[in-house]
Amino acid sequence: MTGPMRRMLLGVAVLGVFGVAAAWSLSAPTRIDAADLPAHTGDPERGAALFAIGGCVSCHAAEGAKDADRLVLSGGRAFKTDFGTFHAPNISPDPEAGIGRWETVDFVNAMKFGTAPDGSHFYPAFPYTSYARMRDEDLLDLWAYLRILPASDRANEPHEIGFPFSVRRAVGFWKLLYLDPAPVLTVGEDLERGRYLVEGPGHCGECHTPRSPIGGPDLSRWLGGGPNPDGEGTIPNLTPAGKTISSWSEAEIAEYLKSGFTPDFDTAGGSMADVVANTARLSDADRLAIARYIKALPPVGPAE
Amino acid sequence: MRKVSIALAGAAIAAMVAGTSALADGHLEKAIDARNAQMTLYSWNLGMLGGMAKGTVEYDAAKASAAASNLAALSAMSSQGLWPEGSDSTAMAGKTRALPEIWSTYPAVAEKGAALKEAAAKLAQVAGNGLDALKGGVGDVGKACGDCHKQFRMPK
Repeated sequence: MTGPMRRMLLGVAVLGVFGVAAAWSLSAPTRIDAADLPAHTGDPERGAALFAIGGCVSCHAAEGAKDADRLVLSGGRAFKTDFGTFHAPNISPDPEAGIGRWETVDFVNAMKFGTAPDGSHFYPAFPYTSYARMRDEDLLDLWAYLRILPASDRANEPHEIGFPFSVRRAVGFWKLLYLDPAPVLTVGEDLERGRYLVEGPGHCGECHTPRSPIGGPDLSRWLGGGPNPDGEGTIPNLTPAGKTISSWSEAEIAEYLKSGFTPDFDTAGGSMADVVANTARLSDADRLAIARYIKALPPVGPAE
Repeated sequence: MRKVSIALAGAAIAAMVAGTSALADGHLEKAIDARNAQMTLYSWNLGMLGGMAKGTVEYDAAKASAAASNLAALSAMSSQGLWPEGSDSTAMAGKTRALPEIWSTYPAVAEKGAALKEAAAKLAQVAGNGLDALKGGVGDVGKACGDCHKQFRMPK
């Protein structure tokens, strides 16, 4: 081998090693330490209100659970998506089957960074892109509430995902593109509460904002509706350019989130019925804050 | 041989005619129209009651009773012929949001219907007894509507 040729190959090899190292480090899960948490004692009562707006029940309670069983977060519901079938895990306080052994910081890392206690990535079927916008104090309150819910010993089943989505490490690159705790919209102080509820714990954008081909939220079409990510049909456009609720008043949107009745007395259906079961537990002030933010959305026209 | 051919051709034509009439007589569309009309009448009557419950319409015991009786009558109607096999959101895409699960999980949907009938009958009994009684009854009817829409209706 000639000198220049050898040097070139060496160069390529070095670049390759750097590339792999860079890819490995770029895709590394983010986490914080317990020392980074604010000095705040979680308040389960406040946590219960966050639990309602967060809608944890909708995915983590057993399919069709009613009344008291809605507080048993045994997991098990299956979500068929374009990337495979995800099974909601058991997040009840059971030490073996659930998350009873988690430390507070494990919960915060899961919610803000989508990072599991063992340092691996959670798949974004778990809507941490929204929860990342939550305040640490709120996460601690929510955690305090989750700790006192009933335990379930239902064992988790693995997700059924095909290659390349089965490579969990690659979720790190997805997060580089889509995990950003910054608010989506710039709003005045009067809309901040509504923005927090909608963009953060309420995670409305997970269904009402269309997704890119690799499943990231298309923020340029924020709350502009799109195909149902979990089945047939379309999720409505919530912006003033949409047809479904653009004619509704703030009070009518708030009423819908309370009773499930639309202004012409149809009712919420599909997964929105689950959402309304949760928003019915919010305060009138919070429902109105959500409605106000919705009415202030920039219009997103029909998809091309 | 000729006889067989004629017989086969005849059978083919008969099958075509039968097939065409099943597809083209529009009976599925008619059934969808009819059940949508029933849903419209639900929301019409519920609208009056809901307006009173919300306070946008003044409470009137006689009107409330009449609207609630209508709801009870609608929910007690026989649904015969309204939900023919094949009139689902997959087979009749764009014409109905009735999910195929209505038929594949039958009689689960009938249980939801029975729950609505019960809630509407109760509402009809109490709607004339004052605003608070009305509010509770309307909420229960709404829950029964939503319970079925949640499982069996496709999002828009």
